[in-house]
Amino acid sequence: MAGSHNISRRDFIKITTAAVGTFIGAAVGLPAIAYLIDPALKSGSTDAWIPLGKLDSFVVGTPTPASFTRSTVNGWEKTVNSYGVFVLRTSETDTLVLSNKCTHLGCHVNWNTDKQEYICPCHDAQFGLEGQVLGGPPPRPMDRYSGDQVKVTDGTLLIHFMGG
Amino acid sequence: MIWKKLFAWLDERLSLTELYKATLDRPEPKGNWWNTLGSASLFLFLLQGATGIFLSVYYTPSPDHAYDSIQYIMNNVAFGWLIRGIHHWGATLMVLVVFIHMLRVFVTASYKYPRELTWLIGVGLLLCTLGMGFTGYLLPWDQKAYWATTVATSIAGSVPWVGPFIMRALRGGTDLSALTLSRFFAAHIWMLPAVLAGLIGTHIYLIIKHGESEFPGKDD
Repeated sequence: MAGSHNISRRDFIKITTAAVGTFIGAAVGLPAIAYLIDPALKSGSTDAWIPLGKLDSFVVGTPTPASFTRSTVNGWEKTVNSYGVFVLRTSETDTLVLSNKCTHLGCHVNWNTDKQEYICPCHDAQFGLEGQVLGGPPPRPMDRYSGDQVKVTDGTLLIHFMGG
Repeated sequence: MIWKKLFAWLDERLSLTELYKATLDRPEPKGNWWNTLGSASLFLFLLQGATGIFLSVYYTPSPDHAYDSIQYIMNNVAFGWLIRGIHHWGATLMVLVVFIHMLRVFVTASYKYPRELTWLIGVGLLLCTLGMGFTGYLLPWDQKAYWATTVATSIAGSVPWVGPFIMRALRGGTDLSALTLSRFFAAHIWMLPAVLAGLIGTHIYLIIKHGESEFPGKDD
């Protein structure tokens, strides 16, 4: 029918119906696809700088416990998780922050002043002052924040939390 | 060429051409826009079905999450506002179109022999459509939804003798609760649509069987 001015009534209806149908289909169908895959397109990035307190409040050479909470929002549901760490000022200028989560099965370890080691209450794992494995079942040293992952701003100690 | 062969192969086994002639290419009395309202109702039913299915991807029928999940659809999901908007306004439009369709059939006396059953099934379709509106209105679980359903179920409760029983059956107990929300949800997405689909199928079968009625002339 291209180029012809004698388009029949039947063909006109056919073409118009197809065009309108395609338009409505696209107007509803394309947004519907975006609607379905939307959660997959959102970035799950959860990293943030977490303040742990004034640097002066931590004694040099002694592990000091600190804690913080992080909330995650999934859809309309908010989950709050708390995390614990030990802050160890190895010198006036350097700070090492250790996660209190045992690398064996995730129980919370405690600092034992007498033995000068971290002890896990679940399976008796032992970690040294800087998190190295001294004994028991842990597969690797304690998770740590050091170097770039630790900074001090206006006297406040911050760690770069990556999520999890 | 390959498509023609493929179509011929399918047509021989599925009788697509005959199906097309019987459903879409059947003879009609002189065209009239008022006669398109039934098709418009069918289109709206399908549109409501499609957008409703999409809404159920995020909607949660529990008092704790119903309102929040709808806020999430409206504010955080891409085109959530559009999908819900179409479902919301499509519902109102469907009640309107179904009602005008019924008025047209009444005014042109199309309900008479041999189409009485088509009319009766149409009454069922109207009631189901209103039921869809009634049950769907509660699902956002906001103040308007809660009190509208409280009032409407109380009205059902004013029926002599069986009223209190009907009210408890609708609410799933003496008060509006999580049970009311979940049973309205079940009715809205499973029971009423299933009944609607069955009645629509029969309605359309009868229309194809009897053909459309002529508009009454001056002598009628």
